[in-house]
Amino acid sequence: MTSTLTPVLTDIWDADQSWKLSTYTDRGGYAALDKALGMAPDAIVTAVKDSGLRGRGGAGFPTGMKWSFIPQDNPNPKYLVVNADESEPGTCKDIPLMMANPHVLVEGVIISSFAIRANKAFIYIRGEVLHVIRRVQAAVEEAYAAGHLGKDIHGSGYDLDVVVHAGAGAYICGEETALLEGLEGRRGQPRLRPPFPAVAGLYASPTVINNVESIASVPSIIEHGAEWFASMGTEKSKGYGIFSLSGHVTRPGQYEAPLGITLRELIDLAGGMREGHVLKFWTPGGSSTPLLTDEHLDVPLGFEEVVAAGSMLGTRALQLFDETTCVVRAVLRWTEFYKHESCGKCTPCREGTWWLVQMLTRLEQGVGEESDLDLLLDQCDNIFGRSFCALADGAVSPIQSSIKYFRDEYLQHLAEGGCPFDPMKSTLFADELEMA
Amino acid sequence: MTLLTDETFGELEAIAARYPEPRSGLLPMLHLVQSVEGRITPEGIEACAEILGISAAEVSGVATFYTMYKRKPVGDYLVGVCTNTLCAVMGGDAIFERLKDHLDVGNDETTADGKITLEHVECNAACDYAPVMMVNWEFMDNMTPTSAVRLVDDLREGKEVTSTRGPRLCTWKEAERVLAGFPDGRVDEGPGAGAASLVGLNLARQNSWSAPSGGGAERKDKSIESGTAETKGGAVAQADTSRAETETEQEEGKKSD
Repeated sequence: MTSTLTPVLTDIWDADQSWKLSTYTDRGGYAALDKALGMAPDAIVTAVKDSGLRGRGGAGFPTGMKWSFIPQDNPNPKYLVVNADESEPGTCKDIPLMMANPHVLVEGVIISSFAIRANKAFIYIRGEVLHVIRRVQAAVEEAYAAGHLGKDIHGSGYDLDVVVHAGAGAYICGEETALLEGLEGRRGQPRLRPPFPAVAGLYASPTVINNVESIASVPSIIEHGAEWFASMGTEKSKGYGIFSLSGHVTRPGQYEAPLGITLRELIDLAGGMREGHVLKFWTPGGSSTPLLTDEHLDVPLGFEEVVAAGSMLGTRALQLFDETTCVVRAVLRWTEFYKHESCGKCTPCREGTWWLVQMLTRLEQGVGEESDLDLLLDQCDNIFGRSFCALADGAVSPIQSSIKYFRDEYLQHLAEGGCPFDPMKSTLFADELEMA
Repeated sequence: MTLLTDETFGELEAIAARYPEPRSGLLPMLHLVQSVEGRITPEGIEACAEILGISAAEVSGVATFYTMYKRKPVGDYLVGVCTNTLCAVMGGDAIFERLKDHLDVGNDETTADGKITLEHVECNAACDYAPVMMVNWEFMDNMTPTSAVRLVDDLREGKEVTSTRGPRLCTWKEAERVLAGFPDGRVDEGPGAGAASLVGLNLARQNSWSAPSGGGAERKDKSIESGTAETKGGAVAQADTSRAETETEQEEGKKSD
């Protein structure tokens, strides 16, 4: 039987008190840990490599390969850092995962740390999700009490300590080297690479930084085998992943499916676009991934496939906007976000995002002329690829892609001297307002 | 006048001691300062600097970088409205305008009674519940201007308010203490997942969709499993068989539809 959806990480989410250790172990949780502790660490790295698991935080770098870059002859301690700073606009998978199933993350942390021979791991969670932090703090405490963490785990002789670390509000700390700065008690500004964190990361020691969902996928790979994981997905994008649908769709939410599912299938599962409306534009993986349109409904949502369609898979954060939405307004708001979140280190990003907001604000108000669009694109060219990290590259994505697909809508703003859309029609409570 | 006591200093030192290098504790330490002082105070900065052996300027540099650290006193309830694109389009802009008007405050301002500080926030990773508000960093999902006004009125009247998929709301200072790594016992309140988080799983259940059975044991409910195998290998075989049987039945059931 073919299963359209394949709940693995989400499978426990509807259980009573799903976040408790007892619920997790009743369903076979921490069995993969036993199995892993009986394996050679290198065999775990190989299994994760063979599974084809690619980073679930957006970049899609092969996780096992990342682990194999850790120089084991380096005398410094090795560290595992979990990037739980989920902040990319549209991305909303790790937060519900940690809220409902924190133990799968903790088990993944232990197995992954064992594989890279780290005795200390950190879970860096953005500070703005209080209850999620409570759940992860409690899961770590429960794991200590049960002997899954601490000294001589399960009698294996392996020791691991885990610290749950709350961030303090900075999108940039989702960038791995900025995250390390934050974790070292500094301003979250990205570092120049090389050296890469695998060689000189936390405290200039070999460090692996992985996304929550990547680490949480590890226990299932160890438990069921690399082949099992690789049996799902596409040729180069293996396994399952959580797809997050939001916006003008009938049933927004989380859909865990093999990579390669299409947006058409997902919208169908979600009950279609909201009644009486049609899809206008969407992001495949957060606001930093170029916009796509209804031309792209059948693109398989795998890493290479989405790149071939002119965007990126990113975090599978599918934000769907219908025909009531002004694309210029949407893009301006994202640009304001990038301006606000630019850490200020690199001039093209710090100054460039500021200029982009000025330009877009004028265009949205219908001020300017057609040549301003070319000026705007020229600014984008001068920003893209000229900073330490990818924040500025992300900032220009919505602008370039929206002008590519919706140039006429920009021009319409100029022709009409303002925005031709009624923002109230896009709201969730449009009907309520009409009645009022 | 500072509210930092010897006990606070002890706790700040305990935070620093969680890390291989004490300075790593600075972010949670500043959360603890806010939980005691109600904001980042010069005294709080000095305390962190002294404990970590760095300059007050270095601590200040960090405190001014991160948006959760506040230099002005914050009300009992920090009310955030997401106005990033998705939430803004779905109604966040309208909600924020309505609240500014209703509370008679601007962005990052506190009501005269000191109860509520209003601010607009960036994406808080709950887009499937848009439009989203946060109160002391707890989720308030699927808001409307009407429900937002009711929410802030309830908070100002001192009524007990519960997150739409979380616990009873605590004060902002109490929340900051949890962020510093001192749990408050509310972890088991609220559900595991909200409704939107479960839509895919519910569909999978209705259609008997699941991940393929693997080379290892399926994760299944041991309490349902009868005659638990003594060895792991036995458990694997058992689990696989029962899963295979279930799948076969489902497949046959589907064919006969």
